[in-house]
Amino acid sequence: MTDHVAITDAADAARLIALGMRPRSLPARDLIYADLVRRHAEDPTFAELTSAIADGLGLVVLACGPQTGLVLAAAEQSLFAMKIDDYVRRTVFKERREVERVLHGLIHLAVAAVAYPRPDDLANDSYLGRVNVEQVDGLVREACRMLEDKAAAAEENNDPLDDAPGLERTWRIYARRPAAAVTKDGRLAPDSTRGMITKALRFVTDQGFLTAVSGEGGGTYRTTPRYQVHVRELAAEAAFTELLDLGVVVVTDGTGTLRTVPTDTSSDTLYREARRV
Amino acid sequence: MPRVTVALMWDTSDGVASGSALIDDGLARRLKALACTGPLHDLDARKTRLEFVDAGVYQMAEIAFQVIDQVTVAMDFDRGANHDEVIARTVPFVAAQAPDRPPTEHEKITRWVLDNLINVGTTDRGFRAVYGAFGHAGAYERRGFDFKLLIEFADPNGEVYLRASDEAINVLIGALDTDVESAQIAAEIKLDNLIRRGKLSDAQAAAQQARYSTVRYAERLRQKLEATRRDVRMVDWETEVPALIEDALTHVVGRYRSETAILANIRQARDEAEDSDRKRKAAHLVEIVEDCINRHTQLQARLLEAGSVFRSEQDRQQFSGPARRATVDLFGQLLAPTLALPLSDAARSTGAFFHAATGLATPVAPRLCDLVRLLLTPTQERDDLIANVPEPDLIPLPDPDVFTEEQWARAEELLEVAEVPRRLSGLLTAARGMDPELPRLVMLRVLYAVSPEIGMALRQGDQTVLLAADDGTRLDDPEFGGADLLVAVAQLTDPAVTGEQTDFQEGEVA
Repeated sequence: MTDHVAITDAADAARLIALGMRPRSLPARDLIYADLVRRHAEDPTFAELTSAIADGLGLVVLACGPQTGLVLAAAEQSLFAMKIDDYVRRTVFKERREVERVLHGLIHLAVAAVAYPRPDDLANDSYLGRVNVEQVDGLVREACRMLEDKAAAAEENNDPLDDAPGLERTWRIYARRPAAAVTKDGRLAPDSTRGMITKALRFVTDQGFLTAVSGEGGGTYRTTPRYQVHVRELAAEAAFTELLDLGVVVVTDGTGTLRTVPTDTSSDTLYREARRV
Repeated sequence: MPRVTVALMWDTSDGVASGSALIDDGLARRLKALACTGPLHDLDARKTRLEFVDAGVYQMAEIAFQVIDQVTVAMDFDRGANHDEVIARTVPFVAAQAPDRPPTEHEKITRWVLDNLINVGTTDRGFRAVYGAFGHAGAYERRGFDFKLLIEFADPNGEVYLRASDEAINVLIGALDTDVESAQIAAEIKLDNLIRRGKLSDAQAAAQQARYSTVRYAERLRQKLEATRRDVRMVDWETEVPALIEDALTHVVGRYRSETAILANIRQARDEAEDSDRKRKAAHLVEIVEDCINRHTQLQARLLEAGSVFRSEQDRQQFSGPARRATVDLFGQLLAPTLALPLSDAARSTGAFFHAATGLATPVAPRLCDLVRLLLTPTQERDDLIANVPEPDLIPLPDPDVFTEEQWARAEELLEVAEVPRRLSGLLTAARGMDPELPRLVMLRVLYAVSPEIGMALRQGDQTVLLAADDGTRLDDPEFGGADLLVAVAQLTDPAVTGEQTDFQEGEVA
């Protein structure tokens, strides 16, 4: 960076960051924003200045483009970091809090998995995913059922130990939680999985990551490019690193969990799940 | 329980490792089966504690069976009955148990039973039983068995309906741990025989069993098709589903043939019967078998459609070419491995994902001039998603203490009588000198000492106990009347230590 940064440039860079922090504002709807984003792309000094200011605030610039605007993520311990405890909030007991935390985190992961079913969708900038409550719940439950079949085939006793609830497999906890439950006044209970998914989808929508489309399937949403950037550039990597640390490594060859298998009986290709988790 | 455990321990100590594992398995299965009936027993045990009604006359387990029956019968291919339908269908049965009670009470009782079968009020809306099993190392482990009886599902419109769980169906039809197909054949033969021999009520039970088996077949297919609709790759359409469809089709063809024959048989029985009760039973049986045939037809229609569902879903869920950029496979590399992890490990990856995929939390800093507007804005109501409105279970406040702690301490001090016994009158006078309220407490404690619970004192490990005895002297006191008791402290000796087998009341007082 040069030693001479115009004060007005600093103000503009800070304005760009402020716009990036507003989940709903997009360059397409705001001339000033569009202009700043263009400057970010064309002027390396300005881009550097923006990064430096973001860094000082405890933020990381993930991307900046006409479709997404400036996409920012919070560094660890940053003032702007989203805390899962604030999100889960409601639960009282200490041991239950961990269960709720994991379930909520898992649901956010499942929302992304439904939105971008194949690695290619995540890589493709023009891809728009669709998510609804029913799909998310269905995907996780089906995965749970597959794991259950696998456990049954291995003839393991998977019933949790009574004195060590932390060792219980996560899929069992999810499978046990009811999908839907009615409260006394006939509404959807928030601690059912569908209630939790509804909460997650609305929350992410408020963050400008999804757009509500219709009420079909318990609420249908479309993804925004910002969400794609977040999931691709940061979230998936972060979670994957944690799994690597735990020694749970699954290596694929880039085609994802799907394979095409030619059959003898017809020229059609039959798609099937090639690798059972 | 403890005795069973001992028996198993013997097996392991003899070194019969495989034998113990076998017994263990069967034991666990039986314990689980027993646990499934637990909630039903529990209903009858708890009914006396119901506050809104005197529920003694109701047989709760029977009502529970009726509710489960109604739910199971209403389970068809797409959904089941909702709460109100189930209650409406069960109420006549409840009314029959107590015809003189008001209808609102019958409904309340039914709702209570239904809520308890769902186990409303717990987060998981299910039950947990703890059982013991021997782990790989041969050590005894306590494990939790989680099960549900009635499960709530949401249909695409978001409406919630009920289905019976496998556990409930198993408890209900008593066919624990049996193969669907063989149970069906057995029931079939039984039904045929029974009708020929004219035992109609047994035949009805067997026909109902056949219907439950069909429901279970349909349930399995429904699950597979639903999964296909969501994602073709979740279901094995190469071998598993074609095999299931073929099995189910063979099943439908066979059942249809035999049930048509049975139907003809019962119709004949119905027309020939002279006893009106038997005629009625036969008529009911005709209805059940007809319903069974309807179910088979419904299942068959779905089976024929299954292939085209798969093909159209495959078209809809288009697949594209190879990936252009290496990214993480969210389902295969993140979601599925995380689900397989233990809870405490899963917290790390889900936490990392949540932190990164939810964006920024921008702190709200309200300006003073916005404050009034913020305060006046009504809270946004998320009407379809709200916490349970708690119904507080009110416990009456404990009575306030009559005597203060200080008064208790003083009374304690006074009653530390030396070896020579003291008169109650003397104690009362001494107490009155300290605190006008104190004599009352001293009097009460001395009265208690007339017949103290020595056994209790022994169990608590007390060394001494306060004793009071009446020697015929009258009490002369402005406040109290009665006998002027002699108060003394007695030493306690533990009979287990001293080896004396004496009566507590007599021998323990030194």
